[in-house]
Amino acid sequence: MKPLFRQKFIIFFLALSLAGCAVQKQDAGTLTVWHWMSDRESAFQELARRYGEETGIRVKFELFAPSEAYAQRVKASAQTNTLPDIYGVLGEKRDFASFIRSGYVEDLTPALHEDNSAWRNSFYSQALAVNEFLPGNEYGVAPGVYGIPLDVATIQMVYNKKLYARAGLDPDAPPKNWEEFVRHCRVLNNRDIPCLVSGFGEIWMIDALAANYAMNWMGEEKVFKTYKGEVPYTDPDWVRVLSLFKQMTDEDLLVQGAVTMVNKTAEQTFANERAAYAFNGSWCVNVYKGMNPALEYRAMLPPPLTDRRPMKIWGGAGSSFVVNHRSPNREAAVKFLRWLTADAQEAYLANETQNLPSTRGSLDKVAPILAEFADDIENATHPNIYPVREKPVVSEAFNKGIQSILIGEKTPEEVAGQVQKLKEKEMRR
Amino acid sequence: MHLQKLRNFAGNYVFIAPALLFFFTFSLYPFIKVFQLSVTDWDGISPMMGIVWLANFKDLFMDNPVFWLSMKNAFVVTLLALTVQNSMALFLALLCDRDIRGGNVYRVIFYLPPVLSGIVVGLIWNWIYDGNYGLLNHFLSFIGLGDLTRAWLSDSRTALVGVSMIHMWKGFGWGFIILLAGLQSIPRELYEAARVDGANSWVVFKNITVPLMIPVFILVSILTILGTMQIYDIIIATTGGGPGYHTEVPMTRILTTMLNTSQFGYASAMGVVFGVILLVVSLVQIRASKMMRQV
Repeated sequence: MKPLFRQKFIIFFLALSLAGCAVQKQDAGTLTVWHWMSDRESAFQELARRYGEETGIRVKFELFAPSEAYAQRVKASAQTNTLPDIYGVLGEKRDFASFIRSGYVEDLTPALHEDNSAWRNSFYSQALAVNEFLPGNEYGVAPGVYGIPLDVATIQMVYNKKLYARAGLDPDAPPKNWEEFVRHCRVLNNRDIPCLVSGFGEIWMIDALAANYAMNWMGEEKVFKTYKGEVPYTDPDWVRVLSLFKQMTDEDLLVQGAVTMVNKTAEQTFANERAAYAFNGSWCVNVYKGMNPALEYRAMLPPPLTDRRPMKIWGGAGSSFVVNHRSPNREAAVKFLRWLTADAQEAYLANETQNLPSTRGSLDKVAPILAEFADDIENATHPNIYPVREKPVVSEAFNKGIQSILIGEKTPEEVAGQVQKLKEKEMRR
Repeated sequence: MHLQKLRNFAGNYVFIAPALLFFFTFSLYPFIKVFQLSVTDWDGISPMMGIVWLANFKDLFMDNPVFWLSMKNAFVVTLLALTVQNSMALFLALLCDRDIRGGNVYRVIFYLPPVLSGIVVGLIWNWIYDGNYGLLNHFLSFIGLGDLTRAWLSDSRTALVGVSMIHMWKGFGWGFIILLAGLQSIPRELYEAARVDGANSWVVFKNITVPLMIPVFILVSILTILGTMQIYDIIIATTGGGPGYHTEVPMTRILTTMLNTSQFGYASAMGVVFGVILLVVSLVQIRASKMMRQV
């Protein structure tokens, strides 16, 4: 090789290598938004186009799916300080707090309080609560609201009206309490109609249902006291809650295989009319519409164990966006989020994607089944807004223990004892 | 002259620089980084990470039965893969080594499962194992064994074996191809000479095929152990580690610890321990195989 040619080759190669290592610069005239919501991608692109026409500011939505890959990308980008102007934080409140403490999230409280808090008041309080850190929070984050909810979600139950009628039950009279639910399931089972399906292979769904019944049976305060370590899991009230899952097995309430079923399969099972009830989130409206547009179903709260306390369900902000505190386009990003969550855009998003809007003003413009889910938003709570959180390893042991009860391997008392033992170990740390 | 020599020397290094750069960035640096993270309490997000020295390892060895249960599960799957999967692969390779009609078609068919995505394979087998409408239950009922029907992946007695079956179905094609290549490299004259001497098929297999195939068996065994111990995608697509902890394997524990509980430091310690175990198993196997060859 001639020396001159080799020198040129080396210079070219080094230049190419350095160009490849260059950090992506943020364009001041363009807002970049990272998200994971593949079902909303086309709606986002349309809204970006509209915003560009209205303001002349280019908004670039970039999709990274699936959500696990997105979550990893965001974490990795935080390490290299290459987060976009607007993004969403997936994970638990602990993760969100870590992003805030590390200086990657803008405090949106001042913007929300402008004009007599008009922007803040447009949201459901439950939707905003997920993004809010109260004074003295356990995460050590300065009080404030750090994210803007795009939509809300509730996790509750749906039932198939056609299967109800086929079993001789009144399709407009779903069970009002747990006992009635068990009775209805017996009737359904006698007609060879499997009763309840849910993606219990994804253990957070077990967590959600168990938390619903724990709060209904013993009240939120006692649940939180348990998380604080003041009430043991071996308390009779917790054993009663665990016993519900034993009853599910004993009474054959659960579709076979639901213990390890992923939620997508559970959704297929309900959409294909192979189960009368499903425990699922409000996003299911969009899913069922795609799988079986003729499906006739209604939403209901999980049938309560007792009427002494309300039936709390998991819910609140479905997906939220935050503004990158280190972005030079912070102000423009906040303005865009304000525009994105205005009633017209929220209604457009809700109708295009069948998700519940996060603002009150757009609710009258959504489909009736979505309105049924939205009716129950006042009952919604979520671990991300609990004043105290259970330790993840204890939660995992609790949920895995419920799986063991569902397969008849352990008794509620055994699971309660094992979880309490682990809880005590974690408390000693 | 000296300068010219130096320039040539440096020039040569520039040419291997891209490969070195990739190696250091994507192999060596992450490898060292895992060791560094394993002695921290890093949560995966915060720029700060506290040093906890060997506390993660102490907890892992003294107080984490679930991790060791997952290790046991991985050993069970590996044992099944080493015996059943590789026996199947060898049997099919022996069949295809003969001049049978359509031999190439069989080779393609047997090699198809390994090239499929683990998630896709898992979803297909979910349907086969389904407790309500599954193909397996339907078949069992059809042949009069309806009493055996069950939700195969939700039953603690069958979940791990069920997952192992999927893994073996997906994995036997690799072993098949390597073993077939090994069989075809054995000189045919040896077989012909043995036949002339009156040896039957079993004697030929025992005295010619097996001894000459030992290096191939070793290779297949090592690949099987390393591949099976790191089983992950099929578990995620089928059981998620459940019911309970019946199908948890080290990879699912590491990822759960990392992603669900944000204990990156602890998960790295799990990764280090798991890596060392794999290394030891491989070294033991290589040593044992060397001894076998000497015998």
